[in-house]
Amino acid sequence: MRVALFITCLADQFYAEAGVAAVRLLRALGVEVDFPEGQTCCGQPAFNAGHWEEARALARRTLRVFQEAEYVVLPSGSCASMLRNHYPELLPGSREALAFSERVYELSQFLVRVLGVERLGEGLKGVRVAYHHGCHALRELGVREEPLTLLTNAGAEVLPWEAAEECCGFGGLFSVKLPEVSLAMADRKLSTLPAAQVLTSTDAGCLLHLSGRMAKSGVNLRVAPLATLLWEAYAG
Amino acid sequence: MRAKARFYPKEAARLLKERPGVREAVTGATLHFERNRLRAYAEVPIEEWRERAKAIKDHVLSHLDRYLEEAERRLLEKGARVHWAEGPEEAHQVLLEIVRRRGVRRAVKAKSMLTEELGVNPFLESLGVEVFETDLGEYLIQLLKEPPSHIVGPAIHLSLEEIRRLFHERFGTPLEASPEALAGVARKVLREAFLTADLGISGANFLVAETGTLALMENEGNIRLSTSLPRVHVAFVGLEKLLPRLSDLALFLPLTARAATGQRLSTYVSLLGGPAKEGEEGPEEVHVVLVDHGRTALLADPEAWETLRCLRCGACLNACPVYRQTGGHPYGYVYSGPIGAVLDPGLLSLEEAYPLPYASTLCGACLEACPVKIPIPRLLLTWRHRAVAEGLTPGWEKTAMAAFRKVMESPALYRLFSKALRGLPLPQDLLPLLRAWTEGRGALRPSPKPFHELWREMEEDRGRQN
Repeated sequence: MRVALFITCLADQFYAEAGVAAVRLLRALGVEVDFPEGQTCCGQPAFNAGHWEEARALARRTLRVFQEAEYVVLPSGSCASMLRNHYPELLPGSREALAFSERVYELSQFLVRVLGVERLGEGLKGVRVAYHHGCHALRELGVREEPLTLLTNAGAEVLPWEAAEECCGFGGLFSVKLPEVSLAMADRKLSTLPAAQVLTSTDAGCLLHLSGRMAKSGVNLRVAPLATLLWEAYAG
Repeated sequence: MRAKARFYPKEAARLLKERPGVREAVTGATLHFERNRLRAYAEVPIEEWRERAKAIKDHVLSHLDRYLEEAERRLLEKGARVHWAEGPEEAHQVLLEIVRRRGVRRAVKAKSMLTEELGVNPFLESLGVEVFETDLGEYLIQLLKEPPSHIVGPAIHLSLEEIRRLFHERFGTPLEASPEALAGVARKVLREAFLTADLGISGANFLVAETGTLALMENEGNIRLSTSLPRVHVAFVGLEKLLPRLSDLALFLPLTARAATGQRLSTYVSLLGGPAKEGEEGPEEVHVVLVDHGRTALLADPEAWETLRCLRCGACLNACPVYRQTGGHPYGYVYSGPIGAVLDPGLLSLEEAYPLPYASTLCGACLEACPVKIPIPRLLLTWRHRAVAEGLTPGWEKTAMAAFRKVMESPALYRLFSKALRGLPLPQDLLPLLRAWTEGRGALRPSPKPFHELWREMEEDRGRQN
């Protein structure tokens, strides 16, 4: 099986280790991994802000770059949903976009649904984890149980979190267009945070936003993308 | 109500800074409503209910002319008078005629968002009519001269303390009065108003075409009194409120109650049909004003008409983490929250409501909550796309997007940008964006090396090992 990784621009720049973890994990599970080097950004920031011409140009480019891929796997629920759900809307009538969308998976979704892997190892034994459901992973891709299953089976204790499924307030450009509201949302989310050792999520944007806010308010907690933890689950 | 939607970003920021208590009150109340909704939805085959409700609404909206005519015919048969109003002016004319002819001096009013759209209260007051809002929440905000902050809970933004202070100043109640005691004071004032009013005004949750029945849902009993005690009852009904058959209420009444407050049914449901007949008690005159106010134009919009399925249950407001921070006032128009963000541009024009479609993170919680599955996130995107096409977005955003496209279309430029992020001076265009980010979250700290470099290193390692 061959997978083309779309690392996404935010992970590339801010959580590069998560990309490395994804590569190692997939290879350890016997998957061949490509990283098409022509990849940049999926275009979601432009799409969500209404700049569809710009988004279309980037969607077309992504389709080109990943043309050959059997599966496209992303360590991001939000970008995965962009490719899977919104490319066909953005490029109506494009059979290519439609066919492509069916080959796109968020990493944990790919592990559980395509590879059938629910148990990676026991590397997270006793680790108390707070899992933030990225909105697009949760509501657009329907990824709810997969990350929890993988974490729990690796020995992590996923703590109950009242606001686990609430939006963190990142929202791409929302965070800079309406900064006060965005921060108030992060604060509300963080005010209910359980006593975890690690905060994790599928999405780099949410994690950047939440970790920045925690740092600013003096909360000390490790923040790690899901891909990183899943590799730790495997490698111990 | 005059729209001030253009000030949303500033007003939201100002409210968060100046009235932090609003955030606390709204968050508490909406989370409570939201938990109730989830529990109430879980008790029934909610997906089937939502699908059926959506299908019925879509049917009625695509045959609206037919059902409106049917409703008018049935209402006339029952002795009600039917008026058509395109907007506030015609609606006001109906009121003016009644006030003059019947010598109206006092009106009692049931909660109705449409009458907010039409500015019914200020108009009546300009005629010298004393108007009493009779829903407790509405009464509170009327005393405070504030607009409603939520479709279902108009005073959701107020804390008990604020209400205690208000009543203390207004009625001399003790500062530590219990909620029951405060409600008792309001009841006393309102009871007198009910008994002395010449005119009762209401909206309608539904208008059934088949029978010409107005359906009104409430929990306080004030709507019953407003529509039955005064000699004249005027109901303002938005064109989108129609249902084909009486039996449809069996679905829509419980669905709306579950979505709005998590109740199986509201405490009171009134089914009204025309004035009292001989020997019956009730109003002598019933007027039904069918109001357009932007609705037919929205219906004709192939990309946005689905908004008109809205039942005004407020479930999307309760589910929305953005609304929760500020309540409804900063949105600047009658309808706030997710539904306001897609309805207001349709009713007012996008230019008037410009920033509202951006008042969302597209988290999708609103769609999950909506009892008639209005695709709010998709509609938000549609309005944003139009805002860009109409040139309403700010200059910096256009520049940033053009720069973004340029960088992302070229892997070489992207790699250069990646280097810039780690030490080289950043393009000026991006600085305002970065500042907006870092003020609340500290500096952005990129990984020491981007993944695409680490990938090359990994590949080289593999090459060496092989």
